[in-house]
Amino acid sequence: MISSMAEPIGVQNWTYILVGLTFALYIGIAIWSRAGSTEEFYVAGGGVSPWANGMATAADWMSAASFISMAGIISFAGYDGAVYLMGWTGGYVLLALLLAPYLRKFGKFTVPDFIGDRYYSKTARIVAVFCALLVSFTYVAGQMRGVGIVFSRFLEVDINTGVIIGMLIVLFYAVLGGMKGITYTQVAQYCVLIFAFMVPAIFISIQMTGQAIPQLGFGSELNDGSGIYLLDKLDGLSTQLGFAEYTEGSKSSIDIFAITLALMVGTAGLPHVIVRFFTVKKVKDARKSAGIALLLIVLLYSTAPAVAVFARTNMIETVSDKPYNSVPDWFKKWETTGLISFTDKNGDGTIQYLADSNKNELTIDRDIMVLANPEIAKLPNWVIALVAAGGLAAALSTAAGLLLVISSSVSHDLIKKIMNPGISEKGELVAARLSAVGAVCVAGYFGINPPGFVAAVVALAFGLAAASFFPAIILGIFYKRMNKEGAIAGMLVGIICMLLYMIKYKLGWFDEVLPDKSEWWFGISPEGFGSVAMILNFIVSITVMMFTASPPEDVQDIVENIRIPSGAGESTH
Amino acid sequence: MTKQKATKRAHAKSYWKDNIKYVLILLSIWFLVSFGASIIFKDALNEIRFGGFKLGFWFAQQGSMYVFVILIFVYVRLMNKLDKKYGYDK
Repeated sequence: MISSMAEPIGVQNWTYILVGLTFALYIGIAIWSRAGSTEEFYVAGGGVSPWANGMATAADWMSAASFISMAGIISFAGYDGAVYLMGWTGGYVLLALLLAPYLRKFGKFTVPDFIGDRYYSKTARIVAVFCALLVSFTYVAGQMRGVGIVFSRFLEVDINTGVIIGMLIVLFYAVLGGMKGITYTQVAQYCVLIFAFMVPAIFISIQMTGQAIPQLGFGSELNDGSGIYLLDKLDGLSTQLGFAEYTEGSKSSIDIFAITLALMVGTAGLPHVIVRFFTVKKVKDARKSAGIALLLIVLLYSTAPAVAVFARTNMIETVSDKPYNSVPDWFKKWETTGLISFTDKNGDGTIQYLADSNKNELTIDRDIMVLANPEIAKLPNWVIALVAAGGLAAALSTAAGLLLVISSSVSHDLIKKIMNPGISEKGELVAARLSAVGAVCVAGYFGINPPGFVAAVVALAFGLAAASFFPAIILGIFYKRMNKEGAIAGMLVGIICMLLYMIKYKLGWFDEVLPDKSEWWFGISPEGFGSVAMILNFIVSITVMMFTASPPEDVQDIVENIRIPSGAGESTH
Repeated sequence: MTKQKATKRAHAKSYWKDNIKYVLILLSIWFLVSFGASIIFKDALNEIRFGGFKLGFWFAQQGSMYVFVILIFVYVRLMNKLDKKYGYDK
């Protein structure tokens, strides 16, 4: 092997080189694509090609969680991990068929813009701004933390220093370039992150099964001549150690159903995803770029379950029932970070990894499945370093997209549309840049001082989006008779129910102790409750609408107009 | 309402009807592969195997995602044709 021959460049140096190069690239793009007008700042001038927008959407969408944590979550959840795979991709079908083309035709800058105009009401706009800020802030705090973690693990700096470096980089290109700068850096970030994810996956797939395509590899026979299928082997190992069979999972069907639906609908309702479709030229391009975005996302998402199976099998084989003093180097290295820990409960000097928590001696952080995977599989140093650059690309691209939603909600929806309608174009652009600076600082603060509930709440951002925006937008397009009273009541009921359920069953603030699973409504977890809250939103909207006045004639004309694809002009105020 | 405006409206209405028809058909497939094959009928489909994959598991972690991508591109094609037919492609 080349890497072990002379050790010319170590992992550390490779990491500095690759991270440095990619950062220089992002900054270069930001300078080249500065925004000169509010239109460029909010929607990149509305002239982004479908392919560029597809790539940018994919990078925007795939966060530190998708890149670092998802394969690990699946490798511990087995079949149940499908909720994330289907939930976070199936939403794009809803986006492409039900939302993107019409919102593009509508031709405004933000999601609250649509809600405010379609429901001819300042109140509706304010409710929408509130929902957009709530969803985006919970989400972005997790991203900044992700940036800090990647920095600290690979470059051996303090997590807080990592967060600050990340803040400065994002600040630079989000403030300078706005949506235009973000779009073209995201295109570059997609290339970096997909390369960084695929290379180790392909290497490991060849190692374990002799099959170069990971998606086929995890359904193939093992390479060791035993003629056993990899998945059968993993099912066997799992049951031997007392876990559920890998391909069966352990959640109830109704909960799987509810979580998948909540994630799908939530994906389609997330403002930072929706605004990406305001940036293309035509309605036709909005549909096409949703397809391209999903294709590029599925490239990573269909590889993740394969990585999960490889990593889990590799991990069990390497450590289970092995003497502690013979473990490989990577084990010791990650032990110092606290991501792996071993306590020899029965004092026999070997590692017992079991489902039974009284006898289990090994705890493994799920993130390790991606971060340490190349080391476990003994891949060359540059591949290990590549994972760091990829993780940073994923976290930065998502953080930037969210920050833009926050800053445009403040400068456009609050300042321009509500507080000071007379503001000049120049003034609005300054306000947009200042609010981006403010948003980065708030996000950085939460990245450095993460409130205990952030991790719990990030997963629920989807529930909040599903419970608030999705029904209001769908009804706004597909139901001409829907009026402001119905939409406002629906959004409020949806988001309040979701918040209450989350506080009661996820955070446990209403009771002395967190209520048990058996008390969940219909057996649905807080992560899946977004589906219930969404249905409530629909019911309340339609009921309230039936007892209140029809929307005015000109609003009904708007609805008829957005249903026709031709004549989509540039995005306007 | 002038006659010309009325025909324009009827034209738009019939376009919208065709669009809704496509959306409903494609979303039924979306529902069948994800919630059907991958969740509700998972256990039954797991009896069928190809290679190392149990079919229900494969749909849940691979197949449904591929179908999603295909659905969007089919919709793109159908709508591009429909736009042309109704003269909305300019």
